[in-house]
Amino acid sequence: MADDIRVEKIDDFRWLIPRTGRMRTEGLVYADETMLAAIKKDASLQQVANVACLPGIVGRSMAMPDIHWGYGFPIGGVAAFDMDEGIISPGGVGYDINCGVRLLRSSLEAKEIKDHIPTLVNALFRNIPSGVGSRRKDLKLSAKQMDEVLAKGVKWALSHGYGTAADLQHIEEEGCIAGARPDYVSERACKRGKEQLGTLGSGNHFVEVGFVEELYDEAAATALSLFRGQMTVIVHTGSRGLGHQVCDDYIKRMLTASGKYNIHLPDKQLCCAPLTSKESRQYLAAMACAANFAFCNRQTITHWVRETFQQVLAMGPNDLELDLVYDVCHNMAKIETHKVDGKERKLCVHRKGATRAFPPHSRLIPEAYQQVGQPVLIPGDMGRYSYVLVGTEGAMKETFGSTCHGAGRRLSRHQAKKVAKGRAIVRELEDQGIYVRGAGKGTISEEISEAYKDVSDVVNVVHHAGIGKKVAKLRPMGVIKG
Amino acid sequence: MPLWVFWQKGEDGVPREYEYIEHTGDLGFKAYGKTLQELFINAARALFHVLVSPETIEEKEKRGVTVEAAALDELMVSWLGELLYLFDTQGLLLKGFEIKTLTENRLEATVRGETMDLRRHEIKTGIKAITYHQLYVREENGLWKAQVILDL
Repeated sequence: MADDIRVEKIDDFRWLIPRTGRMRTEGLVYADETMLAAIKKDASLQQVANVACLPGIVGRSMAMPDIHWGYGFPIGGVAAFDMDEGIISPGGVGYDINCGVRLLRSSLEAKEIKDHIPTLVNALFRNIPSGVGSRRKDLKLSAKQMDEVLAKGVKWALSHGYGTAADLQHIEEEGCIAGARPDYVSERACKRGKEQLGTLGSGNHFVEVGFVEELYDEAAATALSLFRGQMTVIVHTGSRGLGHQVCDDYIKRMLTASGKYNIHLPDKQLCCAPLTSKESRQYLAAMACAANFAFCNRQTITHWVRETFQQVLAMGPNDLELDLVYDVCHNMAKIETHKVDGKERKLCVHRKGATRAFPPHSRLIPEAYQQVGQPVLIPGDMGRYSYVLVGTEGAMKETFGSTCHGAGRRLSRHQAKKVAKGRAIVRELEDQGIYVRGAGKGTISEEISEAYKDVSDVVNVVHHAGIGKKVAKLRPMGVIKG
Repeated sequence: MPLWVFWQKGEDGVPREYEYIEHTGDLGFKAYGKTLQELFINAARALFHVLVSPETIEEKEKRGVTVEAAALDELMVSWLGELLYLFDTQGLLLKGFEIKTLTENRLEATVRGETMDLRRHEIKTGIKAITYHQLYVREENGLWKAQVILDL
């Protein structure tokens, strides 16, 4: 499909899309040769080139190895824009603003809970609403509470008993994006979100109980308090209907703004406005609100995960030590300072299906991780494994401190369903020692392992390219899916 | 490449109502209509067919819908977005669409359906949003066509 996009090999893990047509800069794709052949089959390289056409782009339009065809920006896309000359694009953040991942460690070993997995998974499935239209009956936010969630993020959750003070330091931006202004979030968005705090939603979102299967970097693992055989929990979800509505609202405004500011759009979904404009300032303030809602969503889910474990295993919180390792965002635009050609510059970094990966000694990462770098959490598919990485100096130099975010789809949802047809997927997974509960039969078929690239291949590319460093591999034991 | 095609045996030889198209992460559809109204109705039916089988929806409730947009293609996104909003906030699954006014910038309709009941409705896939990616609404040789990509 993207045969017309020329790609030049830089080295085994880097591919350049030369500047042509309206492109203002080159494209850079991180992938190995086999992956690139697959990537060329859809329109994602064209999307990398399209992003390179946007005004004020600094450095290259980049794509991580989990790149696949998105809408507007490719999934796996990273692009930074100058604060004076550049733009912000709601489509470059995505509908699920601050979709992200958090990892909890524990004092338990996998072998101690193995026999409890079905009970645990069933209890998690009961306690955490999941699937299309999932709502919480026990947490309905009033308008005032909603404003507080949007403005304060995780701090709101903590002041209402959802979590501990220690959680706060282990969340990107400490669980609150600055500059949030609830008055820039529409009533519609609030209406969509008010019963959705503490719910998983549908699609690829999940809560997964697993264990540390392999360590690649003992020192970093120690800093992250991870050990072989340790039971872990991953939570993957975002800002639910509230975020979708914020994105939708501002895309509509940006469509008008793009015309007003004479911005040529290769695709309407890339609509944007200058970062100096009123439209952009309002979007940033609303996006921060949606991001804070997402942080709070993962935080409240964490609370119910902890409660579920305590109930099922009849253990106290101090014995379980279900502590937060870290929480990362992978659909965001952030205002950050980066060194460009030796000079420090404030930029707006879009990460659409990409994770921040800041190196050791960064001011923006917790004290405990200063020596090893920011933890980066890369979920794989439900039948295989996930990875824990840390950020690197290489990422800071090349990708504005960014790396991959997941496995990346290989098959469309329809193709996946076809592959799954006639198979008892839940049973197959159970035979592999993975107990799965899903809200919809469709979701489980759409999310089969074969639908995704092998996350090991993705992680190996970023590891070898030096824009992320492997620390640990996690293997699932039990999963609840939306 | 169409995935599933829903045929309409029209007397004037216009065969299609809507069909689904491949997209790696998400799903798209093309909708057709002899008139612009029919196009908007078929697109709405395509949207709800992603969620559930239409034969399981009964027309028990109705709502009035009015949307406005700067251009015809954006009106399509606003229309579908409004219907998705009704599903997201009220659990409404819709099947009957009666368009009263339709111009380049404005659409008024009465829509009919019922509240989702998980005992009777098996939700196939969730829809996050209606995107503007590769969006078009146009007329070709007397046939109206639209393409819409959904974020799932």
